[in-house]
Amino acid sequence: MIYGLALLAFSFLMGQWAGEILGSILGIDANVGGVGFAMIILLLCKERLTKRNLLDSEMTFGINFWGKLYIPVVIAMAASLNVRSALSSGILAILAGVIPVILAFFAFKLLIENFKPRTDAGTI
Amino acid sequence: MQELFKVIDQNGLILAFLLIGLLYFVSDWLSRAIFKRRIPGSAIAIFAGLGLGYLGGLITNGNKGLADLELFKGVGFLGGSMFRDFTIVATAMGASFFLIKKSGWIGLASLITGTLVFFIAGVLIAWTFGYRDAVSLCTIGAGACTYIVGPVTGGALGASSEVIALSIATGVVKTIAVTVLTPIFAKRIGLDNPTAAIAYGGVMGTSSGVTAGLAATDPKLVPYGAVSATFYTGLGCLLCPSLFYLILELLTAS
Repeated sequence: MIYGLALLAFSFLMGQWAGEILGSILGIDANVGGVGFAMIILLLCKERLTKRNLLDSEMTFGINFWGKLYIPVVIAMAASLNVRSALSSGILAILAGVIPVILAFFAFKLLIENFKPRTDAGTI
Repeated sequence: MQELFKVIDQNGLILAFLLIGLLYFVSDWLSRAIFKRRIPGSAIAIFAGLGLGYLGGLITNGNKGLADLELFKGVGFLGGSMFRDFTIVATAMGASFFLIKKSGWIGLASLITGTLVFFIAGVLIAWTFGYRDAVSLCTIGAGACTYIVGPVTGGALGASSEVIALSIATGVVKTIAVTVLTPIFAKRIGLDNPTAAIAYGGVMGTSSGVTAGLAATDPKLVPYGAVSATFYTGLGCLLCPSLFYLILELLTAS
């Protein structure tokens, strides 16, 4: 189990590192895609280990445990957001926070519909 | 009683596990008993979390929701960015590398679309509220992207602290709006497969909102949304104070 957890920690730290490096190359004080890089590193490790038959159920458990903890963490995160000040800092913040989201739903729908033919062609 | 407080004070994170477990239990029960499973327990629990965050802010006047109460500081630790990112990465185990690779282009397209939609809409709304200088407009537009892009942009451009605070508030409202609206609209906009989730993460961008919203919709989609959303804040921090600001400056000067 600890091997799985260690593999997860390894991927996480490497990914965050890559994100920080990309951020500083781009000259901005932010982590660019650290989580995305970490996920891709973890997936590559998983593929490699599965091919060599080294990935046992204990190890998978060590990673999946944390994956399942995700929803409880999100609940804790929701409870520690600054909801009061967000809702009380005026109508501008509320409108500028909500209206673009609704526009983005339409943008998303358009995007999905335009991309569909191509992704379907890819799978045939 | 004093002994109990001492134990709680020293084990804040453990108390947070217990509290979230209880909250989840109640939410699951509500989901079954009242909503007949039409609204998933996790969605109710996330909304309840937001409600508790509001209450916490009301009681303490602080800015970390429930976590500002000394007793519940463990909740803030559990919901902090370290645990959030670590557990998101772990969800990748359930994702397929093949699908992510295949959706690379739509992910990129969605990131650009998302940044543009949120920035432009944010700037226009700020404009209708009377802001006319490029720095304030840009900062509020950046805040409409995420609550990190806002202050990063405002800081880089030298915006007033009032405008920066407004941009953070805008970003937090966005996160909440995405969390609440995702499960409601998911079916209607075709958000039911990994490729769509990758595009959704790129369009909406707020990692917390996208992943919380997807968790409430279908937990299997969480890793796909997260993988693209994680690039959004970086892209926003890159474009807003530079290219977007220059364009705004040209527009407001004329």
